[in-house]
Amino acid sequence: MLYIKCPHCGLRSQNEFSYGGDATVKRPELNKEVSDQNWDNFVYLRKSPRGKHLELWQHISGCRQWIKVERDTLTHEIFKTLKANEEL
Amino acid sequence: MQKYSVFSLVKNAFGGHKDWEVAWKDPTPKSEYDVIIIGGGGHGLATAYYLAKEHNITKVAIIEKGWIGGGNVGRNTTIIRSNYMHDENGLFSEFGMNLWRNMSQDLNFNVMFSPRGIINLAHSDAQMNVYSRRGNSMRLNGIDAVLLNREEVKKIIPMADFSENVRFPIFGGLMQPSAGTARHDAVAWGYARQADSMGVDIIQNCEVTGFDVSKGKILGIRTSKGDIKAKKIGLCVAGSTNVLAEKLNMTLPIETHLLQACVSEPIKPILDNVVTFGAGHFYCSQSDKGEMVMGGDLDGYNSYAQRGNLPTLQHVLTEGIAMFPFLSKLKMLRTWGGIMDMSMDGSPIIDKTHIEGLYLNCGWCYGGFKATPASGWTFAHTIAQDKPHELNAGYSLNRFSTGHLIDEKGLGTKTWIS
Repeated sequence: MLYIKCPHCGLRSQNEFSYGGDATVKRPELNKEVSDQNWDNFVYLRKSPRGKHLELWQHISGCRQWIKVERDTLTHEIFKTLKANEEL
Repeated sequence: MQKYSVFSLVKNAFGGHKDWEVAWKDPTPKSEYDVIIIGGGGHGLATAYYLAKEHNITKVAIIEKGWIGGGNVGRNTTIIRSNYMHDENGLFSEFGMNLWRNMSQDLNFNVMFSPRGIINLAHSDAQMNVYSRRGNSMRLNGIDAVLLNREEVKKIIPMADFSENVRFPIFGGLMQPSAGTARHDAVAWGYARQADSMGVDIIQNCEVTGFDVSKGKILGIRTSKGDIKAKKIGLCVAGSTNVLAEKLNMTLPIETHLLQACVSEPIKPILDNVVTFGAGHFYCSQSDKGEMVMGGDLDGYNSYAQRGNLPTLQHVLTEGIAMFPFLSKLKMLRTWGGIMDMSMDGSPIIDKTHIEGLYLNCGWCYGGFKATPASGWTFAHTIAQDKPHELNAGYSLNRFSTGHLIDEKGLGTKTWIS
């Protein structure tokens, strides 16, 4: 069981959260010319590192806020949690 | 190579079983090969076997970080099927079914292929319609499919929950009678033994630490046992694909996720088939030892841990008990996990790459075991001929950017969305 410290609610069990994937991918800017490669990068391509991974989770059974979590994908150690609009 | 038969068994019994030849050797790596296959799992071993058998390329090395068959080929739930709707998946898998049917004879190794049939349960009229459509697509591709109504399902699996007041009543199911199971370890060992006998070097406990690439061409690999040259290199490393891709400065349409499986204590024979729950993600069969072999959802977040987390296991087994209430009486014998190369459309990739001489075999999600022979056969062809076979032409790497996705279920890495 993972325990995730929600920046809004405190330490809660993994059961309250829903996973949202890699938090480092950036959606191409609106109203600008976007190449196919840029869309490809955003929609499909992922680094999926073994080790530190910055990812999105939603506290779906709590405050319902999206948060960022820096977690090790090999050991599951959680180094840091942030509000969705905060940078690491 | 020594042939396994009843005569060799009797002969060696008289000798106290001391004179059996080793099944495969433990060579030190040569400085150069024609082809290097990275990954000594089912797909890698099968690729080396078909390179030697079908294409006469025997100066081949398999480089394995751990021991052969220690990854997903030793961790799966042994299900073999070709019940796909899309042509790419259906024709590819059915080609594989034919290889499965002859595998024990072909490899002179009993892989215990057991075509016991798979039933996908339906729990609504809408789901029956979807299954009927999929069954028709399968039959158009020459794959056997039978749509069963509730009574027909009840005759085959009377121990399932057929009571009236359940959340997900059984409406019927789609059956592929020719689907089944096989002894997973034997598949790895059988391929390894034959590949070795044809001259393939199986190099274990050897980690790939880097690649030698120059002017867009692959020249060789760096390993914990030294540098090895090769003009052609194939990657067959499933959940570790992204780790090696990073060393090649490649970003792939793949995430690595963890999938768990488990077995119960052994019980007397009760279940003849493979059965899947249609209102969630749970599948079950009974091994020859009597254990109920079960699996289901991914843990749900990127993971390289090769061990699972209890909330997912509990969720999966809740579905299992909804389908087969008797499971609640059984003790769990063993649980384990493996890391899956989840592609973004749920279908695999067998293709060339932008680096000349580098070939990619990945994205099997959690359907890799059944694909072992067809994957090895087509990957060997792709490497030997330097172009995909028509069976794996759809499994291209660039289909994501060109929009030619094979969205069998349209789930990709987020399988829990269903």
